[in-house]
Amino acid sequence: MKWFDYSAPESVSGAISALAAHPRARILAGGTDLLVQMRAGRKETDFIVDVKRIPELNEIRYDSDGLTVGASAPCYRLYAHADVAARYPSLARLAALIGGTQIQGRASIGGNLCNAAPSADAVPLLIALGARCRIAGQAGEREVVVEEFCTAPGVNVLGPGEFLVSLLIPPPAPGSGAHYERFIPRNEMDIAVAGAGASVVLEDGHFRSARIALASVAPTPLFVREAGDALAGKPVNEESINEAANLARDAARPISDMRAPAEYRRRLCAVLTRRALTRAIEEARGNR
Amino acid sequence: MSTQEYAVLGTRPVRHDGADKVTGRAIYGADIHLAGLLQGAILRSPHAHARIVRIDTRRAEALPGVKAVVTAADLAVSQDRIVDLGEGDTPLSYLRGNVLASGKVLYKGHAVAAVAAASLHVAEEAASLIDVEYEPLPCVLTTLDAMREDAPILHDGLRTTEFGEKTGRVSNVAEHFRHELGDVSAGFAEADVVVEHEFRTATVHQGYIEPHTATVLWNNDGRILVWCSTQGAFVVRDVTACILDVPVSRVKVTPLEIGGGFGGKIPVYLEPVAALLSKKSGRPVKITMTRRDVFEGTGPTPGSVIRVKMGARKDGRIVAAQAWMAYEAGAYPGAMVGPGAMCVFAAYDIANVVVDGFDVVVNKPSTAAYRAPGATNAAFATESVVDELAEKLGLDPLEFRLKNAAREGTRRADGPKYPRIGCVEVIEAMKNHPHYSAPLEGPNRGRGVAIGFWFNAGLPSSCTLSVNADGSVNLVEGSTDIGGTRTSVAMQAAEVLGIGAEDVRPEVADTDSVGFTAVTGGSRVTFATGWAAYEAAQDVVRQMKERAAKLWETDAASVTLDHGVFRSGDRSMTFRDLAARLGETGGPVTGRGAVNPRSAGGSFSGCIADVQVDPETGKVDVLRFTAVQDAGKAIHPAYVEGQMQGGSAQGIGWALNEEYHMSPDGAMQNASLLDYRMPTALDLPMIDTVIVEVPNPIHPFGVRGVGEANIVPPPATLANAIYHATGVRLRSLPMNPPAVAEAIWSKEG
Ligand SMILES: Cc1cc2nc3c(=O)[nH]c(=O)nc-3n(C[C@H](O)[C@H](O)[C@H](O)COP(=O)(O)OP(=O)(O)OC[C@H]3O[C@@H](n4cnc5c(N)ncnc54)[C@H](O)[C@@H]3O)c2cc1C
Repeated sequence: MKWFDYSAPESVSGAISALAAHPRARILAGGTDLLVQMRAGRKETDFIVDVKRIPELNEIRYDSDGLTVGASAPCYRLYAHADVAARYPSLARLAALIGGTQIQGRASIGGNLCNAAPSADAVPLLIALGARCRIAGQAGEREVVVEEFCTAPGVNVLGPGEFLVSLLIPPPAPGSGAHYERFIPRNEMDIAVAGAGASVVLEDGHFRSARIALASVAPTPLFVREAGDALAGKPVNEESINEAANLARDAARPISDMRAPAEYRRRLCAVLTRRALTRAIEEARGNR
Repeated sequence: MSTQEYAVLGTRPVRHDGADKVTGRAIYGADIHLAGLLQGAILRSPHAHARIVRIDTRRAEALPGVKAVVTAADLAVSQDRIVDLGEGDTPLSYLRGNVLASGKVLYKGHAVAAVAAASLHVAEEAASLIDVEYEPLPCVLTTLDAMREDAPILHDGLRTTEFGEKTGRVSNVAEHFRHELGDVSAGFAEADVVVEHEFRTATVHQGYIEPHTATVLWNNDGRILVWCSTQGAFVVRDVTACILDVPVSRVKVTPLEIGGGFGGKIPVYLEPVAALLSKKSGRPVKITMTRRDVFEGTGPTPGSVIRVKMGARKDGRIVAAQAWMAYEAGAYPGAMVGPGAMCVFAAYDIANVVVDGFDVVVNKPSTAAYRAPGATNAAFATESVVDELAEKLGLDPLEFRLKNAAREGTRRADGPKYPRIGCVEVIEAMKNHPHYSAPLEGPNRGRGVAIGFWFNAGLPSSCTLSVNADGSVNLVEGSTDIGGTRTSVAMQAAEVLGIGAEDVRPEVADTDSVGFTAVTGGSRVTFATGWAAYEAAQDVVRQMKERAAKLWETDAASVTLDHGVFRSGDRSMTFRDLAARLGETGGPVTGRGAVNPRSAGGSFSGCIADVQVDPETGKVDVLRFTAVQDAGKAIHPAYVEGQMQGGSAQGIGWALNEEYHMSPDGAMQNASLLDYRMPTALDLPMIDTVIVEVPNPIHPFGVRGVGEANIVPPPATLANAIYHATGVRLRSLPMNPPAVAEAIWSKEG
């Protein structure tokens, strides 16, 4: 790792100018991806912009528009937040899933998304929950839905000088539930071999709607719209769940690597989608 | 079983180094800071196999802050010769070639050059400025590929040794040997059931948490001072001296506390390189490896291909066994197939045996010892086959093992006849353990058992004692303490002297301050260094008796020592009181002990495991695990249990997830603790332990080393448990989720 300069602006506009002045700058949230990658020589920079002191990037707020999660708010604050625990239990569980206690003290959901790893655990659930990204830059603000945010491994839609301010998650509908299920060979401290996020809205024993997304089986987190759509109007039973799970499996485009062979990952997609849906349904039934 | 009454042995005193370790005060290798210290960085090969055409260090030397750059050209050129490292002979050219490559690089991660600079960042940048021109060569990564006629050859000068004779054949097979006993064809002809399979095990790393580190000062007076993390200070001294071509007396090695080794901290990597950098720069130089360096640049333990065939009669007697074992040595010969072949059928009394062993070089890091090196691979094969035989014969797997267990007088195929051993007692303890008869309910659950053997090592150890006026005793030893051995050695001295364990202060000394002591390896420290401490304590007792005799004006032969009290007739005096009177009776008392046992009396172990397999993901959860081992005499039972639990944990990791995942061009793809998947605390059940004590007849207290045999059975135990849970037998390690799931899918069709 080589030397670099560091600044910690305290406003969105301060961050915009710091980024404009340093074209090779990198943004630091919790640093649990960035610092590891820099130490390993996988990323280089001459300037770090630490965004943790910017109020908009640190807030967690619930109102009638839904939940706003500042891009650099660390995981432990999410699962400790009363509104998150009460209204988005799947998100609270997810925040407690990433890393261990030490990592959760630093790691942010925004960093997880911006790092754009196909294996990022937060992203399938954010997609399932219908989250949107608020982005700031010299040209002003814009919004992008999470499923369009990652474009390739380690690459996202952010242009030069742009950064993520916050994530917006719509208020939970009555009869809704969600869950993210990942598979790792160990019980902790591992990268998802595959993962499935699912959200459902139930009505009279039927699916009103559902959204399903996968981790680690494509160059980016994968939104499988057809798998969720197939459930709409169907009765809540094993057959519908299996059909959606198979659609998710068929959409997966995994590779073979040191973490697992492709065919294994494909089969896991069906298993994990089924397990995520089952848990989401349980939660939805409790939410009527 | 051990029945003798002891005052100190068998108790559980607080370890002498405990307070420093739990408060963070213990000094490890990387804690060494000397005035003017420079930081070193090593440039490693990006290729698994390549000719080094040219190395140009000028750009690195020109970088401000750089104080020295070295390559193999800086190493002394001297005649090749054989070096005895205590655990085997190695040609000097291999040792030297592994610390800095010359001519060719033989694995990705092979050290090529090194830099010392005022800061680590400058050193790393300078290393990246060294221009090395390589001519890449085809690489070979597995034993079977390396054994083919048309395989790329690693060493042009390596001629196969066949059955002890050098042949003229240049190949990657360094050695092919055979052990034979009886007549196997006749044996198999007698068998009613024969089972034969091929097994594979992946290359795995010991995974010690502390990376290698060395600080060296090449002093103005020509002395070379080394501070490092090692399992053997004297090995570091001798190898460093050899590589640098200086007499051993020029090198002084101070071993610091060690954060794990398991065999991997016996080889020398950094010390000679740091020494050269220090010589060039005139300043002390420290080099500390990164985790990637540890995975790519130090010795893992060999991957292997093992074919085992065993035959048994209907009456449950094993009548013949045959093994073909090819182990990956990595870049230089020495694959631990020798010990593997000695252990492969070591737990059984079999009349007809043939074992063929092949030591094969491949383009991977040069392998090193790992806890019972070679034996775990072998037991995975044998114990899987034994389990299958028992099933075919309709016998309880432990009854079947008991029926065939090795005992006193059993001859192993490699020659030796066993003295009193504890194989039968270990199997009986397994059978009698409540775990073995506990009901195992629920789907996808299964129970497995396996046993294992490790012969342990003797080798030289030295120890001195000096008696203090307050009745305490200072103990100086040369065995670096990895598993609590300061305490287990001190306890043996305390037992002889009749004082408390806490009255003996053990200290691990540098190579100038204690007699030669071989490595902390081969489970030998409590056995051999403990024995040296016993001898040193006897020496003290003899002198103390003379002092008592002098005070009492009697004959020393009439003085006895019992539980710390000297007596002659009706006079008595405690050890402590006598210690206070040494000044007036002739001055200080020091005792010395030096031993060199040629054998060690092996240790047997066994495991029972319950697993649950998720048939949809292939994930194996270990629900319950019991480890049984013969300790001869458990000096400090808590540390024996700790060794058993540690070996079990490592064996479980080896069984389920650990492996070197290599790309086709020979790059390790998971060189981090994230992707090298050792088990975490959350992946392990409580590991229950049962210590069996069948005293070792050759040791004064009956001690058998306990550091290694415990890692031998776990992979086979889990393979057998997975079979009983799922109906599929896995014959390849690791048995990771994809492998288990694929086996289940193919069974289901
Ligand atoms: C021990 C350990 C365990 C882990 N376990 C898990 C796990 O279980 N699951 C999982 O998914 N991940 C895991 N990770 C990875 C990592 O912790 C997560 O991805 C985490 O959410 C990253 O957040 P961060 O705040 O630390 O991001 P940082 O490292 O600060 O940033 C990540 C990337 O995003 C960029 N970035 C950050 N904030 C912004 C922003 N506001 N705008 C634009 N770009 C930005 C950075 O420049 C960087 O490239 C683990 C990491 C470690 C070290």
